[in-house]
Amino acid sequence: MLAELPWALEAGLKAACVLAAFLTLPLALGQLEHKLMGHMQGRLGPMEAGPHGLGQLVADGIKFAQKEDVTPAAADRPVFRLAPAVALVPYLVALSAIPVAATWVAVDVPASLLLVLAVTSVGVIGTLMAGWGSGNKYSLLGGLRAGAQLVSYELPLVLAAASVAMAAGTLSLTGIVQEWSWWWLVWQAPAAAVFLAASVAELQRTPFDAPVADSEIVFGPLTEYTGLRFAFFLLAEYAGMVLMALLFTVLFLGGWRGPWDDAGGGVVGVLWTLLKATAVAVGFLWLRVAWPRVREDQLQRFAWLVLLPLALVQLAITGAGVVVLG
Amino acid sequence: MSSRDVDVTLGAAGVGGLSTTEMVLNIGPQHPATHGVLRLRITADGERITAAEPVIGYMHRGAEKLFEVRDYRQIMVLANRHDWLSAFNNEVGVALTVEHLLEMEVPERATWARTLLCELGRVLNHLMFLGSYPHELGAITPMFYSFREREEIQAVMEEYSGGRMHFMATRVGGLLHDLPEGWLDRVDAAVSTVRSRLPDLTGLVLGNEILQGRTRGIGVLDLDTVLAYGVSGPIARASGLDVDLRRDEPYLAYGELFGEDGPGRVVTREAGDCYARLDVLVEQIQVSLDLVEACTARLRDLGPGPISSRLPKKLKVPAGEHYCASENPLGLNGYYLVSRGDTVPHRLKLRSASFNNVQVLREMLPGTVVADMVAILGSMFFVVGDIDK
Repeated sequence: MLAELPWALEAGLKAACVLAAFLTLPLALGQLEHKLMGHMQGRLGPMEAGPHGLGQLVADGIKFAQKEDVTPAAADRPVFRLAPAVALVPYLVALSAIPVAATWVAVDVPASLLLVLAVTSVGVIGTLMAGWGSGNKYSLLGGLRAGAQLVSYELPLVLAAASVAMAAGTLSLTGIVQEWSWWWLVWQAPAAAVFLAASVAELQRTPFDAPVADSEIVFGPLTEYTGLRFAFFLLAEYAGMVLMALLFTVLFLGGWRGPWDDAGGGVVGVLWTLLKATAVAVGFLWLRVAWPRVREDQLQRFAWLVLLPLALVQLAITGAGVVVLG
Repeated sequence: MSSRDVDVTLGAAGVGGLSTTEMVLNIGPQHPATHGVLRLRITADGERITAAEPVIGYMHRGAEKLFEVRDYRQIMVLANRHDWLSAFNNEVGVALTVEHLLEMEVPERATWARTLLCELGRVLNHLMFLGSYPHELGAITPMFYSFREREEIQAVMEEYSGGRMHFMATRVGGLLHDLPEGWLDRVDAAVSTVRSRLPDLTGLVLGNEILQGRTRGIGVLDLDTVLAYGVSGPIARASGLDVDLRRDEPYLAYGELFGEDGPGRVVTREAGDCYARLDVLVEQIQVSLDLVEACTARLRDLGPGPISSRLPKKLKVPAGEHYCASENPLGLNGYYLVSRGDTVPHRLKLRSASFNNVQVLREMLPGTVVADMVAILGSMFFVVGDIDK
């Protein structure tokens, strides 16, 4: 699309677009969460800042920026201060490889699925660093919970994604969407379920939010964080949700392809992607409203005894399908 | 150290020959799960708790000492503050103690109105825990559902007493004033509204598989421990202790309500786990709503009449002593009054439900993990003010 531009300018423009999306989409999702939770719980949500409370997240951001940036005396200073960046940046990198329409992808690398999955798993290290570096017992418990949880859910997540890649015969996200057709919704349904459950666990959202359980370990790794560093962790959480919703859309819901028009390029495709991703994200939010959290041993059991076998069965089904149809 | 500490071989000890150390973790006095300022000093091996000790007293306000320098009307103010979620039931407890010692007759209308308000208070209390307990397990929505129902009941309580938390509607010899015009109808309307919407809340809480997974078989409290620690109320009944003072030592109008054809029944469960305790609360709400309806029907039949006895200008209670216990929402609540014929009590000892109920945590917590600790702590349905007095 931008092939005639000089290389540096093109890269700069794309980077700016990705950064803009990275900063606005999580905020939009946060705003959606405020309002959706409010209405599901029979209340309004924040209403004071701006029309219908639309400025609430900006107000929150200003508040976070004003707060003192405290590093506890017992903390491992460089580790503690670096952790939010380690948690946040991987999602920015991953977002740049996600296609939102046939030609709308910032970096179209050949094995983009592999890149996205590899990069997102770096985020765990940020949480572990925060848990270990805070010098706080609650943070330590939370950090270790997070480590254990993310390690066990990485496997079903990757296997579910591998099933789709196998079906499409490519590791490129753009290629997967081009190969996708509607009956994959049924064929790949178990993988979709596994991927969705595993991504909720990766994001540490309810019901798999034991690592940050506020009523048990007081937000775990985030206990000691204040101000902007805390805001970065929050941003990482919501950016993660955006990324996982987009990835789910691309892998399982046919990305930018609408039910009628298969062209997929241009703005309509982007709208389809955003619409589908929003629906997935609303699912994440709904879980938080409806469910309590599971205990770590329960979620480990769920990962190893339910999700992993299911993902393996799906791989076998996909393999058989590819052989028969291929 | 008890022998239990030796039994615990879970946790990380010995894994791969690594040496591990236990860590002492202070849960509270400022912690989201302790509803105030209860402090638990737990020793944990990884996530596994090896010892737990409730440290109490952060909210000690000297209620019993203050009782001794207040006259009998002023005592009510203190009484409805030690367990702020059972405020009306506490007031009635003090009033009954004083009335027994005075050998004072209370008008029948007042007795039935007190019973009605007590049961409304019980519903308020149980709804509170039905909202806050799932919150500790990570479910944020039941709180809003339960507060929607609480608001219905609060409205009628507020219309009668003017208060939303500390009702101060009880007087020695009766109640503050007569029931407002049409109030009984509004109580009935509130009760039927709450009854019709309660399945939303209970479905969200009891019907949830994750909540069941978090509470079934967790924090099992056996009957022997219940008896040894003097645990009472819904917690004890969830372990199969079939004791309810409303039936066993009837006061107010409970004799009739829990009689042969009365709507009252004692809710018990056998499992003794967190789920059973929650289940008891839910069913007790239903029973209390039935009792409220029986009370409004009876009050309509009674027709107009006095709602309070006349008191002398200076109320002096004859020398003597008397203990009166009542079935508060959270358990047995007793007042032991020693009078020397003065306008103030010589001594008024308070037996509060939460104090005994929380002691048993020392037995229940060792061997559990931190996540279960929160589930168990929340299921003990305590009010810190009632522990620390």
